[in-house]
Amino acid sequence: MIKALSAKEVAKRVVEGSMFILDVRNEGDYKDWRIEGKGIESINRPYFDLIDGVEDVLEHLPKEEVLVVCAKEGSSIMVAEMLDEAGIKDVYYLEGGMKSWSEYLMPVKLGDLKDGGSIYQFNRIGKGCLSYLVESNGEAAIIDSARTIEAYEDFAKENNLEIKHMIDTHLHADHISGGRRLSEKTGATYWLPPKDADEVTFSFAALEEGNDITIGNTKIEIQPLYTPGHTIGSTSMIVDGQFLLSGDILFVDSIGRPDLAGKAEDWVSDLRDSLYNKYNNLSKDLVVLPAHFGKISELDEKGAVSAPLGELFEKNDGLNIKNEDEFRRAVTENLPPQPNAYQEIRQTNMGKIDPTNDEQREMEIGPNRCAITE
Amino acid sequence: MNVTQTLDTKGLSCPMPIVKTKKAMDTLASGDILEVLATDKGAVNDLSAWSKSSGHELLEHTEEGGVFKFYIQKG
Repeated sequence: MIKALSAKEVAKRVVEGSMFILDVRNEGDYKDWRIEGKGIESINRPYFDLIDGVEDVLEHLPKEEVLVVCAKEGSSIMVAEMLDEAGIKDVYYLEGGMKSWSEYLMPVKLGDLKDGGSIYQFNRIGKGCLSYLVESNGEAAIIDSARTIEAYEDFAKENNLEIKHMIDTHLHADHISGGRRLSEKTGATYWLPPKDADEVTFSFAALEEGNDITIGNTKIEIQPLYTPGHTIGSTSMIVDGQFLLSGDILFVDSIGRPDLAGKAEDWVSDLRDSLYNKYNNLSKDLVVLPAHFGKISELDEKGAVSAPLGELFEKNDGLNIKNEDEFRRAVTENLPPQPNAYQEIRQTNMGKIDPTNDEQREMEIGPNRCAITE
Repeated sequence: MNVTQTLDTKGLSCPMPIVKTKKAMDTLASGDILEVLATDKGAVNDLSAWSKSSGHELLEHTEEGGVFKFYIQKG
């Protein structure tokens, strides 16, 4: 009997366990994007090469515990059943396929705030997107929400939280923001940097320096800090004087790319100024919480991604390019491919187009690709 | 185009379009052309990858109103 393994269970294996994966998608999709992790080993054999039998692949598989993965689920069930019949013990398939994997959000508590309250990271492991929930006295703010808002709604319900603020650090190009939809549903205020919102078709509150946001009676402060470069509006946030939510400007292993809105050359000096001046003037004790990770090795033992600002100024190559020309080349030349459907995603986030749910899922397939390096 | 046979996989999802395509292809002779109709988006990449790996040639594919049409010549 084959068994379904949910994205949540697979995420646990990625963070702290092990698993052998037979990925049966076509070679191109596998090369582009797949499940990775310290204890994860995977091989690729397209399902259409296994229709007549799995004999050829058996010698490359362990005798027990194999997870079969495909795009949606159907082909992995077919192949899993064949492996089961061929005598492999404990054959699993990924429930909902890579589509579910791409959407699963794993909440991880990062720490407590000074006057009560706490901050959580919601790790969308499959796509490398990180969003945040700050709560205090029954109120919550969510920063850089994923499209699948149910995860936050469930979390708020379980913890008796009222969602008061939805905040996007910038107009996203790699995923569809859930900020507007969840604010419409809950009555929360939707905050966007006005310089990224020239063309949006809906109303929003201006995320600007000076417009501090407070939640709960204990006044947890969220201070916006204008840090253009990835987009012209990109705004970082300092939460409770402890955490620096760096959006897509600074990542743990890399820095943000300035080209996704088509203005790489124009924004290079903004990006450099944000990183080398504005960030450099902040307390090096701030804990950087980026909106993405690139490699699974950036996850700590709890599955969280974070690093002290001081450590990044020592170790992150993107913060250590002395020469301005060299910096310009690093952030404009030889960049990785753009995120899937990034132009349509930007249009959707502006409210200019309104794709169906299935189309939105399809648009978001693949890795985030918001950094200058992969 | 001289289509030898038409296979309708509309409404079927992965892996069925390719499983049926393969079965139909097995009954054809080298040089014959199979027309496959499908509504599963995944079929686009998968059918072209499958054609390559099994020595057939995907001559053409089109989309009209959500229906994909593939013309595959048996190798």
